[in-house]
Amino acid sequence: MDGPGLAATLPDDQRRRRPARLPSVSEPELARHFGRLARRTHNLQQGIYPLGSCTMKYNPAVNEEMAQLEGFAGCHPYQPEATIQGALELMWTLERWLGTITGMDAFSLQPAAGAHGEWTGLRMIQAWHAASGDLTRTEVVIPDSAHGTNPASAAQCGLAVVTVRSGADGTVDLEDLVRRLSPRTAAVMLTNPNTLGIFEREIATVARLAHAAGALLYYDGANLNALVGMARPGDMGFDIVHLNLHKTFSTPHGGGGPGAGPVGVRARLEPFLPTPRIEREGGGYRLDEDRPRSIGKVRSFYGNFGMLVRAYCYIRAYGDGIAQVAQDAVLTSRYLRHRLAPALGTALASDSFHEFVATTTRSTAPRLRALDLAKRMIDFGIYPPTVYFPTTVPEALMFEPTETESRAALDDLAEVVTAILDEAAADPERLHMAPEQAPVGRVDEVSAARHPEVRWWPADR
Amino acid sequence: MAYLPNTDADRAAMLAAVGAAAVDDLFRDVPSEWLHPALDLPPPLSEPELVAELRALARRNRPLADWDCFLGAGITHRFIPQVVHATIRRPEFATSYTPYQAEASQGYLQAIFEFQTMVAELYGLAVANASMYDGATATAEGALMAVAHTGRSRLLVSATCHPETLRVLDTYAAGRGVQVTRIPRAGAITDLGAARELLAGGESAVVVVAQPSFLGALEPVRELVQAAHATGAMALVAADPVAASVLEPPGALGADIASGEGQPLGIPPQLGGPTVGLLACSEALLRRIPGRLVGRTTDARGETAYCLTLQTREQHIRRERATSNICTNHALMALAATAYVGRLGARGLEQVAEISSRRAHHLATAAGRRPGYALAFPDAPFLWEFVLRCPAPAAAVAARMAEQGILAGLPLGRVDPELEDCLLVCTTELTTPPMIERFLAALPAAASEARAVATVEAVR
Amino acid sequence: MPDPTPARFTRTHEWARPEGEEAVVGISDHAQAQLGDVIFLDLPEVGARVQAGERFGTVESVKAASDLYAPVGGSVVAVNPRAATAPELVNQDPMGDGWLIRVAVEGAWPADLLDAAGYDQWVASQAG
Repeated sequence: MDGPGLAATLPDDQRRRRPARLPSVSEPELARHFGRLARRTHNLQQGIYPLGSCTMKYNPAVNEEMAQLEGFAGCHPYQPEATIQGALELMWTLERWLGTITGMDAFSLQPAAGAHGEWTGLRMIQAWHAASGDLTRTEVVIPDSAHGTNPASAAQCGLAVVTVRSGADGTVDLEDLVRRLSPRTAAVMLTNPNTLGIFEREIATVARLAHAAGALLYYDGANLNALVGMARPGDMGFDIVHLNLHKTFSTPHGGGGPGAGPVGVRARLEPFLPTPRIEREGGGYRLDEDRPRSIGKVRSFYGNFGMLVRAYCYIRAYGDGIAQVAQDAVLTSRYLRHRLAPALGTALASDSFHEFVATTTRSTAPRLRALDLAKRMIDFGIYPPTVYFPTTVPEALMFEPTETESRAALDDLAEVVTAILDEAAADPERLHMAPEQAPVGRVDEVSAARHPEVRWWPADR
Repeated sequence: MAYLPNTDADRAAMLAAVGAAAVDDLFRDVPSEWLHPALDLPPPLSEPELVAELRALARRNRPLADWDCFLGAGITHRFIPQVVHATIRRPEFATSYTPYQAEASQGYLQAIFEFQTMVAELYGLAVANASMYDGATATAEGALMAVAHTGRSRLLVSATCHPETLRVLDTYAAGRGVQVTRIPRAGAITDLGAARELLAGGESAVVVVAQPSFLGALEPVRELVQAAHATGAMALVAADPVAASVLEPPGALGADIASGEGQPLGIPPQLGGPTVGLLACSEALLRRIPGRLVGRTTDARGETAYCLTLQTREQHIRRERATSNICTNHALMALAATAYVGRLGARGLEQVAEISSRRAHHLATAAGRRPGYALAFPDAPFLWEFVLRCPAPAAAVAARMAEQGILAGLPLGRVDPELEDCLLVCTTELTTPPMIERFLAALPAAASEARAVATVEAVR
Repeated sequence: MPDPTPARFTRTHEWARPEGEEAVVGISDHAQAQLGDVIFLDLPEVGARVQAGERFGTVESVKAASDLYAPVGGSVVAVNPRAATAPELVNQDPMGDGWLIRVAVEGAWPADLLDAAGYDQWVASQAG
């Protein structure tokens, strides 16, 4: 049943001359190797992971099992549509659930990650302006506290970034916004609550100003966990959103991915969504490629389907009770902020939602670097908060506990931070040596960058 | 509410501690008319109800294991050792975050370092990054890297690249004002003469070609690379990673950049995602590569340690001047590929390639002899994917075969109207001799039934 | 040994020191301290033209990338070969061995450059 081998069928000049230098290990050795690496990797099942802006919530076990079902994991994107009806129905339904949660009229599940969703959304905004005959809109207005992906996504679209200042309360400075808006503004791009965890109370005014300037208002869904089920970006005047299913909707972060970054829009932007779209016809579902005004394809096939299965399970488990997620996320964050306040203080007086920013400069050990505190936390089995972000706050520590942390876990975290600050006040030098208990000591990132070694063996010369 | 640890008593205690009377007080900054919107969501499900619903949905899909599968076209049905699944399902890997705090994530950092090494070795290039979303986006970002490096704003892209990649490249380029020109197809491969003519102006940043081509054939990569370099353009090869274990790799042929779809390396098809994008480049492009890179260094005690490195390329530091906007990547899928390759080794990959190719050559010869059927490109060397010309529209033939439980391949009319009677057929190490027998046995009836249907439709 | 001719500073933390018709350019001690360990320098090639007040390169630390602005205009006649391979020189001796480029000055030196005392005052005025 076998034809001729490669020795006979491959032209000589196409054959690989020297095999790739790759390890080949037995199954027991492989299992032990990755077992050892696993033990050297802090994870959510080991302890609290309060990384601000990352929403490190518990990943439900049942979702993992469901995503592995052969009927989901084992299908080919090009097999006949009649034989993937369950998958298409799942995606079609998930699009509508995300629509009602955000107040958007249509969703595409295709973008692979948050930044990919931002780029997809901005490409649609470009297409929308172009379709209106307006080719002069080449700028995106973005707050100074924004995540780096926002300006990077704008640049990836060839759009220029115009930065709008935050006021003393941490929200967008409306006077500065008015100055930044112009006939060149394609979009205003915001998260709400913003990167400091503060709700943009004047969002309706922001929307009015943006729309009056002819721009669209973009919602970066990175912080939707603060509002899911409680309030909707669509009601606030946003025209287009992306969501991070790996944040709000609990798909596991996987050590940096994969995630999923669906994009939702108001009806007038629907024709520009990426292809294909999932349509329901009669009792069935089909993929529609015939979308002449679409921005086109943004990745191969239909999206990170395996992650979509998990997000579907998550929303289905909470159903119309999903607001409890936002309520507990905000409550746990506020409680942690309250518990930490005596030792750490906070950067801003405003109410915070699902996350908050503290700074060591206002702590009981004001000369302590945020980095040293973070490294010392590792010794206590606690993953550090996000440090040095947003860059508008010096020595920033951004905490986001999420709703899946118990009160006891939050109390523990507060006690550890308080103890470290006491330690720092008593012995300021010691923390430079942290971590002491981790698999390795402080890693020399400077020599890593000065003399980059990014592969096991040197390349052949 | 299965995933919430706090009881109502905990909530009351925490509310009291923060000085709030009710939970809505925490949301006082949100205008009240927006709070508690009516949501069109179903009621919650218990776990057994949830499992029942998902199983019912899954049953309405027919996975590849339930077919005689000859469908490839970018997603390959390969065997995955269970130890690969077991590795990526470990919570240490599945539930951790991007390893920004190196000391707490040494294990994952080392795994990604191993992945980078593996990709760089397979492609014969100096540097590989920590992963992209998929093969199409890796190719698009690789091409834009060449635009940045050369300062030229035209991409020359072979029409024989994967159609999904071509369309994704168009979307990426359009936003940036980069022009995309297609190099036409000659048979199953790139038209080399046309490529040379298009390059002659010296305006192109890069030539993008797939190896093998979307139609399964081996491309003249060496000649394309030379032609590109002669005009100051770079060369990017979108290379199948399993094929790269037996073919002269992109780097050895002089290519500056290689990209690839990593799904064949231990990742289930999952309706096309998530998979993993592979991206490698020469040393000269080290500071232009998008996304994360892991570097090897030492810790304060002088022991070997790993960390993310050259981060000034990335969006969280360089913002609008970053080399890309990518943040979240496909790390867990990269880990699957690392475990798969670590288990098989170079020899194992070569064996996978050898078996897949032998099956394909047997099938191609036998199918091409069935009455009315022929190989569309009989002179084109191929590995495990080839184009079969049918005596009727290929979509109709495939539909008849599907009724027999055979996924016969991809009807190519949707890709190129000239190939409407062509099927792209793929075999792998999972294609058993009985499957091949059934495929061959089903061809005659499929052709006559497809012709009959076509006749009826023509009469109508 | 005191400098034979004093350097003059920009408000963006570069310095330039006249040497005949040329100027040696680097970053200030304050700038290197703010940046932390310098890991990489992206500098123009010999023969490139730089304009006073315009970007001519980038200096990178592990967690930051800062643009460099030319104190004077002209054409680049030399790039510090030692700093390019050992960027830590910029931290160790920013006003000496850690210089970045040498420029054949064209036109007058900008009038708004600061002397050392003026620069120190400027830095102090920007703090807090």
